[in-house]
Formats: sequence, C-alpha cells, structure tokens
Amino acid sequence: MKGLYVSPSPHRAADNSTAKVMMMVIIALIPAAMAGCVFFGARAALIMSVCIVSCVVFEALCRIIMKKEQTVSDLSAIVTGLLLGMNLPATVPVYVAVIGSFVAIVIVKQLFGGIGQNFANPAITARIVLMLSFTSYMSNNWAVPYWYSDLVDAKTGATPLAAEWLTYTENGVNYKMAPFTLGEMFFGETGGCIGETCAAALIAGGLFLIIIRVISPATPIAFIGSFALLTFLYTGSGTETLYGVLAGGLLIGAFFMATDYATTPITTKGKIIFGIGCGVITFVIRSFGSYPEGVSFSILIMNLLTPYIDKLTRTVPFGAKKAERSGK
Amino acid sequence: MNKLNGIKLRHDKGTKDCETTEFPLPKSVVVPMSQHMGAPCECIVNKGDTVTVGQKIGDTDAFMSAPIHSPVSGTVTDITDFLLANGATCKAVVIESDGEQRVCPDVAPPEINDTQSLIAAVRESGLTGLGGAGFPTHIKLNYDPVKTPVDTLIINAAECEPYITSDYREMLESPTDVIEGILMVQKYLGIPLCKFCIEDNKPEAIKLMKEKTEEIRSIDIVTLKSSYPQGAEKVIVYSATGRIVEEGELPVHQGVIVMNVSTVASIYRYARTGMPLVSRRITIAGDAVTKNAGNYFVPIGTRVSELLEYCGATEAKKVLYGGPMMGICLYDTEQPIIKNNNAVLAFKEGKMPETTACIRCGKCVRTCPFNLMPVAIESAYKAKDVEELKRLKVTLCMNCGCCSYACPAHRPLAEINQLAKMLIPRK
Repeated sequence: MKGLYVSPSPHRAADNSTAKVMMMVIIALIPAAMAGCVFFGARAALIMSVCIVSCVVFEALCRIIMKKEQTVSDLSAIVTGLLLGMNLPATVPVYVAVIGSFVAIVIVKQLFGGIGQNFANPAITARIVLMLSFTSYMSNNWAVPYWYSDLVDAKTGATPLAAEWLTYTENGVNYKMAPFTLGEMFFGETGGCIGETCAAALIAGGLFLIIIRVISPATPIAFIGSFALLTFLYTGSGTETLYGVLAGGLLIGAFFMATDYATTPITTKGKIIFGIGCGVITFVIRSFGSYPEGVSFSILIMNLLTPYIDKLTRTVPFGAKKAERSGK
Repeated sequence: MNKLNGIKLRHDKGTKDCETTEFPLPKSVVVPMSQHMGAPCECIVNKGDTVTVGQKIGDTDAFMSAPIHSPVSGTVTDITDFLLANGATCKAVVIESDGEQRVCPDVAPPEINDTQSLIAAVRESGLTGLGGAGFPTHIKLNYDPVKTPVDTLIINAAECEPYITSDYREMLESPTDVIEGILMVQKYLGIPLCKFCIEDNKPEAIKLMKEKTEEIRSIDIVTLKSSYPQGAEKVIVYSATGRIVEEGELPVHQGVIVMNVSTVASIYRYARTGMPLVSRRITIAGDAVTKNAGNYFVPIGTRVSELLEYCGATEAKKVLYGGPMMGICLYDTEQPIIKNNNAVLAFKEGKMPETTACIRCGKCVRTCPFNLMPVAIESAYKAKDVEELKRLKVTLCMNCGCCSYACPAHRPLAEINQLAKMLIPRK
C-alpha cells in the first residue's frame, strides 16, 4: 500500500485556530459595542464599521503589496478595527477613523511582519496617535449619551475622568460628590469613547474570555487590582476608587488590550508584572499627569517592556539543573 | 506537590472490551535485527536455514541490545537490508512459515534463583520495553544496587495515548502473569515497594488489580488522573512518588525503576514457559478500520499490510505504529510489527491542519509537562542560537506533542524541538 501521508508526531490537533480565537474576542466585544450604539447612536455604528472595513482593506492591501500570503481570514484585522472604533468618540470625522486604521494596521502591525510580530498594540497606538494629532476631536468635549436625540440639551460634556468633582463643606466637614453616580458609570451612561463606557458589558465580555480560556485572568486582576489599591491608598475613599476603576478606558484596556497575545508577556508571572506596571502607570498619569486618562500610555509603555519581562520571567523547566556559567 | 501540565484528550478506547485473539499466522514474516534501543543484532542464521519458533536468529556481544528470536517455524528465504519506519537501516531476516509452528527444542523454562539468573533469563527472553521506547529490559534491571539503590518499582499501566488498549487487556486477561512478574522482580532485585499506576479511565482494571493484590502488602495500586502524558516516564515517576528525575538522570538515580505492565508480565511468562518474545498483543483501531478492530496476539515480523487487510483498512491514508500523539507514521505498509509496537492505527485523513503565524498565545508553554517554552525554542532554532537553546533546556523535551496539539496556529513545535536538539553538540 503506497500513497500514505507521513508526518512527524503528534497526529492530532486541538480543534482550534487563530480565526476561532479572534472570533471569540469579537463575540466578547459585541455587548460593549452594542451598548456604545445605544448611547451614541448610529454615528457610533458608522465609526466602528469604518474602522473595521478600513482595517481589513489595509491588511489585504499590505499583504498584496508585500507579496505575502493573505491573512485577512484570520479575523485579527476585524478585532483591531473593532477595538479601534470602540476607542474613538462617536463624533470623530470619518477620515480620522481611516487614518487611525492606517496607523494600526499598516504602521504598527504589517510593517513589523503582521500578526504576532508587532511589538505594540495596534489599536492602542492608533488611539494615541489620533489623540496627539487630532486633539480637538479626541479630548474634553465628548458626545454625551443620547446626544443624537431630543432627550438631552447639551450635546457634549466632560468625561467622568475630566469632569470636576463637586466639593462642599457641611458642619466643618469637607465632602466630595462625583459628577456621575456609580450606577451611571456601571451601565455606561457617561460621555466617552464608543466602547469604553459600559462597564457591565466589558466585564461580561472579559469574564467570557476568561471562562473559555482565551485570556488569562492574571493580567486584568493585576492591572485593575494594582490601580485600585494605589487609588484607595491615595484617596482613602472606596467610592473614588470604584469610580476610577469604572471610568475611562481602564476596563476595556485591562480585559481586551493588555491581554493581547503578541504584545504582552507569555508566562503568568510576566502577565502579573505587566498588569501591575499598567496599573501603576495609569494611576500615576491619572493622579499626577496633565492628561486625564493614562490607560493607553500605560499599556504602550508596558508593551515596549514586554521582551524584557519575557526574558526575566522564563519558566524553570522540570528537573533542569542550574545553567553552568560558561567561564572563560 | 505541583501538578504537571498536560492536555485532555478524547480517549477513543473503543477496543477496550475486545478480548485478545490469535492473529492468523502470516505466510511470511520480516524480522528486523534492530527492534530496540541500542546496538542492532548480528544475524546468526543464513539464507536457506530451517528455523523453529523461539529459535535465536539474532544476537550480539554489544552491551545495550537484546537478542531476537524466530516467531514462526519455516525457512529463511532472504536476509535483506531494511529501512525501518524510524529511518534507521538494519538487516532483516525474511522467514517463510511452514504453518506448523514447531517449537525450538531450546525453549524450556529458565532456572531463576537469584538476581544474576533473573537478569540472564530476561536477556535470553529478548524482552525490551513493550510500552514504546524499546529499552532492553535486562539492562534496566541490571543496575548497581550500591551506587543507585532502588526502593520502588513503578508499574506503568497509564496507557494515556488514545485508542491503545493492549496494556489494559493485559491486566484484564493475564492478571496473574502481571502480579507474579512484579513479585519476581521485587524478590530477586530486593525492591521493597511497588507502585502500580493505572489511569482513572480504567476502573475495571483498577478494581481487578486491587482484588488480586489485596493480600500482597508490597504492591500499592495507585490511581492516576487520566491526562496526557501521564504515562511518560518522568511524569509517572513524579505522579507516583513525587521524585524528580533530573536532567541527564535515569529513574534509577532517584531510586525507582519504571516498567510497563506488559513487560513485567512477559518476564513471568518467560519464566513459566521459556518462550521468548516472539509475539505480542497489538491494538488495531482507527477510523479507517472497517471491521475486526480489536486486540490480537501478532507474531513479531508480521507485515502491517496483513493487519490492515484483516481489518478492512486498506483505504487508510495514514497508518501509525503506536498512538496518535507519539506514534510513528509508516511510509509503507510492508513494514513489520516489532517488539515495541503496542498498536497499529489506521486513519482516513492524513493531512494535518495548515500552519499559520505564531500569535504568541503561550498555550505551548502552559501545556508543556516540563515547563519548556516551545515558542522561545522556535525563535532560537530559527536563529540557530545554540547557547539560547541550551538555556531553554530543549534537550529535556520528550516529544510528547502537547505543544503542537494545543497550538492554535498548528505550528509543528514538537518537531522543531527535536530538530533543535540536533543543533546541540553532544558531550
């Protein structure tokens, strides 16, 4: 009998693929994206669609120009597009979204070799580039929920992080009042980027990814935990801590961006260091920096440190003897 | 004690209730002179010679080897150069069977009354590890009790590879051989304790072995969680005793020896009958098998094509010696059954899923039982960075295949590990 297939062992493979992993991430992002559409209207859906379509087109074009095998079917460009869209305010002009997609896919991802080879998170980097280049669209005057309807008079307002806390003194005691209630924060009825406001949906999506073991719980726990701990120690207020956790891009960052495979450490120990680093930097920027938000910067900085974290957090092989120093 | 990493596999042990029967005697057999780890045997018969069952046809003075005996009675029709499935070449004796199965007059129960006579008898039986690696059994037993005292005999009945049920049937069908074999090894080597390890997906075997050893205090039946690769030597030593066989060590250095359950039963069978290892129990299974899937006593040297024909698996696209995780592909079904084959599996689908780019998910690291980092090894291998490969301890890889199995990008990580090992100069 001839014509047999011959290959090295193993002869079985788990029923899994990069596309399936990406599909799970997309599914996990859908609730938060839908919440964004509810709060910020059709314009939110438009921006996210523009990001997804332009990311996919840029990816396909890059692969064609570079004469490399086509990778659109692995769905990673859709994940990047969706994440980028969710990280933009609904009011940005369409061309800004396209420029962001170009930065994410062409500059950050494909120029470094495509999926798995980029050293920084494409969506985060694109968000930072847009924030610095199109500051007027990307800061302070954000669309408020339901800005597209008659329900609200003012179309824009401050985000939870930028808004001033109300302070007043009663009977000689100083009180601070948050500009938004924790309930509003939890369900996302605040100003902000399309996909970052609805904490409930982001937590649900993150838990889904943890349960199906697409992401490790180590990074989000370390990220959110270290941020919360530092904020609590600094402010001494549980409400302010919770407010900080629910505000801005912390949850979308911790669950969906700081868990990106290519740009974060591989081992659990490494993931914990990465998460703590993100938490500390976010706290420092938010509390002492001139930007109201620090999640993007913290993840980008830790992305750059990832190769070193990886090197320091190698596993110890089972039964390995200590490496002999090669003396000269 | 930490749990070692591993993977959950579908067991597919559909042949577990198939009682072992004699496989029809083949008209001719091909007996390679290398069926074990170590030096190949010299052929000691000539073309045209008449041979009988159990007659020695290959032997050598080399230390690391085991003699080879004729599985049939008949005439030597040819002595050829033979390319084995693992890529090695050796001489092979082709014997045409006369169908009478006349037994060699030399076959008689050996006299065993001390350590040396046990080891000599085991050598004469031609026994090698029946679980897969084919390590000559007499060498394993011939350790130096002063330098490396052994206090525990581990019986490996994990059978963690999918499909294979030959060790399971051994326990159910010949429990006395198994237990007497263990007691013999314990008695003549002076090993006080035996840990008999069975995975928890074989409750009938666990129950039977517990019943049979109720009165025997030196044998401890250990139920292991079924997980792959529970039956790998270093893994089972750790699971059974908590001892870690370190880099460059053998289990004896940690005071244990590990024997496959069928191997230890074969020692007793040889002591009882004097018939050397000329046939063995083989599981035939896989989705290309259309009839007669099950367990058979197959004479060594039987061509795999005869097994496939008997089981209606001639349409198979991939045929394996051994299990789907560590088995070797046959390039040609004229390959014979050799001593360390425990199964022949035939599959309809031969292609593996296509490889895509690494996404650095780290699944390979999290599934590696030895905590190796296949993702880093792959980069170091591509860069031909030998120092880095040494630091990553690639030589510890046992090729269990968990990394390749788990990889969502279907990268051939286990294969790369083996290639990377070749870059490291041996001392």
